[in-house]
Amino acid sequence: MSFGPHLLLALLEGSVSAFVLALTALGLALVFGVMRIVNVAHGEFFMLGAVLAAALAGLFDLPPAIGFALALLLSPILVGAIALVADRLILRRLAYEPEATIVATIGLLFILQQSVLSLYGPDARSVAAPIDFRIQFPWFGYSGYKLIVAALAGVLLMAVWYGLKKTKLGLVMRATQLDSEMAQAFGIPVQRVYALVFALGAMLAGVAGVLIVPIRQAHYLMGLDPLLLSFAVVIIGGLGSLRGALMAAFIIGLSDGVISVFFSPTLAKILATLAVALVLVFKPAGLFGGRAQ
Amino acid sequence: MTGGKVQAMAKSSAGRVAVLHVGLIALMFLLQFVLPQYHHTNLARIMVLACYAIGYNLLLGYTGLLSLGHAMFFAVGLYATGLGVAQFGLDPLSGFLAGPLAGCALAVIVGLVALRTSGVAFMIVTLMFSQTGFLLILYFGDFTRGDEGFVVAEGLRRLAIGGMTIDLAAPAVRYNLALALFGACLFVSWAVLRSSIGRVFVAIRENEERTRLLGYDTWRYKLLALALSGTMSGAAGGAYALLFAYVGATFASIQYSIYPLLWVLLGGAGTTLGPFLGTLLMFYLIDIASGLLPGYLIVVGAVLILLTLWFPKGIVGSLRARWLTWLP
Amino acid sequence: MAAVDFLGTRSLSRSFGGLIAVDGVDLSLRRGEIRAVIGPNGAGKTTLVGMICGRIRPSSGTILFAGEDITRLPPWHRVARGIVYTFQITSVFRNLSCFDNVALAVQRRLLRGAGLLGGVERSRLDKAVFAVLDRVGLSDRAFGRAGALAYGHQRLLELGMGLALEPTLLILDEPTQGLSEDEIVGFCAIVRALAKDMTVLLIEHNMDVVMELAERITVMNNGRILAEGSPEEITANAAVQEAYLGS
Repeated sequence: MSFGPHLLLALLEGSVSAFVLALTALGLALVFGVMRIVNVAHGEFFMLGAVLAAALAGLFDLPPAIGFALALLLSPILVGAIALVADRLILRRLAYEPEATIVATIGLLFILQQSVLSLYGPDARSVAAPIDFRIQFPWFGYSGYKLIVAALAGVLLMAVWYGLKKTKLGLVMRATQLDSEMAQAFGIPVQRVYALVFALGAMLAGVAGVLIVPIRQAHYLMGLDPLLLSFAVVIIGGLGSLRGALMAAFIIGLSDGVISVFFSPTLAKILATLAVALVLVFKPAGLFGGRAQ
Repeated sequence: MTGGKVQAMAKSSAGRVAVLHVGLIALMFLLQFVLPQYHHTNLARIMVLACYAIGYNLLLGYTGLLSLGHAMFFAVGLYATGLGVAQFGLDPLSGFLAGPLAGCALAVIVGLVALRTSGVAFMIVTLMFSQTGFLLILYFGDFTRGDEGFVVAEGLRRLAIGGMTIDLAAPAVRYNLALALFGACLFVSWAVLRSSIGRVFVAIRENEERTRLLGYDTWRYKLLALALSGTMSGAAGGAYALLFAYVGATFASIQYSIYPLLWVLLGGAGTTLGPFLGTLLMFYLIDIASGLLPGYLIVVGAVLILLTLWFPKGIVGSLRARWLTWLP
Repeated sequence: MAAVDFLGTRSLSRSFGGLIAVDGVDLSLRRGEIRAVIGPNGAGKTTLVGMICGRIRPSSGTILFAGEDITRLPPWHRVARGIVYTFQITSVFRNLSCFDNVALAVQRRLLRGAGLLGGVERSRLDKAVFAVLDRVGLSDRAFGRAGALAYGHQRLLELGMGLALEPTLLILDEPTQGLSEDEIVGFCAIVRALAKDMTVLLIEHNMDVVMELAERITVMNNGRILAEGSPEEITANAAVQEAYLGS
């Protein structure tokens, strides 16, 4: 395959990852934006989404499409429930103090990851894609399911965007983000908003995990890469800026895809990781951020 | 109050401190003669890792900076010594010295950049730099053997001193060298705490702005703290390569950045004996758990959460706060 | 300006976003005087002295100290030059002992020129620290936790830390706030004794203290200097009466 088609393949792959990354990172960005905490266990919610989907789909002998639909519905709900418990038992008790929360969410990372190892095992398991077709380009065939993933992720992103901008709930969340004390004075139940936002953030990561499972396999260690990439997106995009996060997700997702195909996945990760550190040191408001949304 | 009374108070407290620390070293020395082989090796390993923890404590406990990337300092020492001896033909002594030197150099370089941030940002920046280091080890896998790692051959781990050959692989030698390093690090941490520099470190932790307005350039002190911490962590890494012979990328992973945080928090941040106690306890906790279930590192998570929720001061820290206020 | 000012600010200004806290202030202090800065809340007093000691960066203007332009000088270098600030809200190290609090200041002075790795001999440090503690009357509380001290004593500790640095310009930000009558009398005595060795710049709301201590008074309002003069001149000043004293 010559360069052109190779590039097209890389861009297609990059776009799919970008959409999924955007969804995952949106969860992290929401949690940081509203609650002002960094959830180091965020990648584990992604992993839980994938693992629960694999477990659910394999539970009954259902045709792939139905098994997958079931997983897509139930898995994020379960992930959200786990997040709610974590918020209630741990984060709320710490009063969402930033440094303590990071250490506690590191602990949560270990608990979730190792529980899955104990209960699900160390093997990677795959799930059949609900729809199996290929789109035939002149130079190569591309999985139709991957494009559907991108489409679904895009739809969800728009739904969340709409929800934040247009609904009362979204307004409440944005008010809490801007000034939690003021919000409380206006009668907004800040604790409940925080719990909801944390669960929502986890569910977004969980959904992304479910979508990715037919493409990659579900494995107990799969949460680390999405975590680091989400950090990259949120920090480079500008902490607190959702629009910036989305733009960063696409740039990072696409370049990750391209560099992975043309050079090596490790190199892509090295560049992303270094970029995060340098942006945080020299341009703490991110490359696109500035005013919080 | 007269100078005499001051002297008297200081002396009695200093006396107890000295007895406690020397006593611990003496106890560790004597234990080697009664321990079965399994625990003998464990303790040697624990003592080397405790040096890593003591180095971490210099930063977290004294200066108040929480790093999530210390594995890079341990690993740079590990690889500097390991590669130095295995690839570049260094003798064990020079090889070992490469460890703390590399740790110091890396700490200064990282500090020049990372110390422009603080708090949560500092945590993430150190995490990212360390992860970059880990990935670089994998990327240059042809040279470093990446994830698989390599063993420093026994033949290379022989120290020739004045006609005698000391075999570093011999359990007795290994234990006592580990003890010597541990004793040295313990002494350094205590000495720093007592010094003028240590006083400034603690002041920075308590109230950095006030410290600046008392005339201290706090950035320089933070860089110094990071350099000391990196040197000690690198020394631990170098010793680990020589005494336990295995060099691998795992030691540069996030897991090995979380461990010293865990050990220091458990034992008590800002105490001299806390890091060792935390390392000891967690080692055996993990050891016991590994026999019980596949996901045994869950104890790491559980302990971290328990500590943040209920015991932020750790064991020695809580002892010091409640009863034994003279503990350093 | 007549003779060389000890401290002089030229058009010193600071704004925070849209709010102008300090607006083109020209302040000059003569060596050895006790100057009080008074004015209503929000007049810009703390911001002004914040710029002088280096806590806050000016938006524009210059600061000259003993003939040197210190506008860009970081706070720790200003301390070395002799400018010492004591906080409005007590900022002692609560978890450290009084001894350690003062020791931090004392060792700073004793280590001048010694570089980062210098040390101070223990008995020398002890002597100097107790000298300071004696001066502010806190010797018998030397090893207690600073946070456990009564408020008035914490203020004294704060003052002691400032003195330990051997300032040539001591800036006191509302030092008598929260002190009892007796404590205020004691405080004034200490300051009067200090003023023989150093210049004192005092922000105060307590007009009795101001009249008692100040040789000259600067009145600020809305970020600008409204009036300057001796205590008698200021009390007689109609504009000052209206803006501040009268009510």
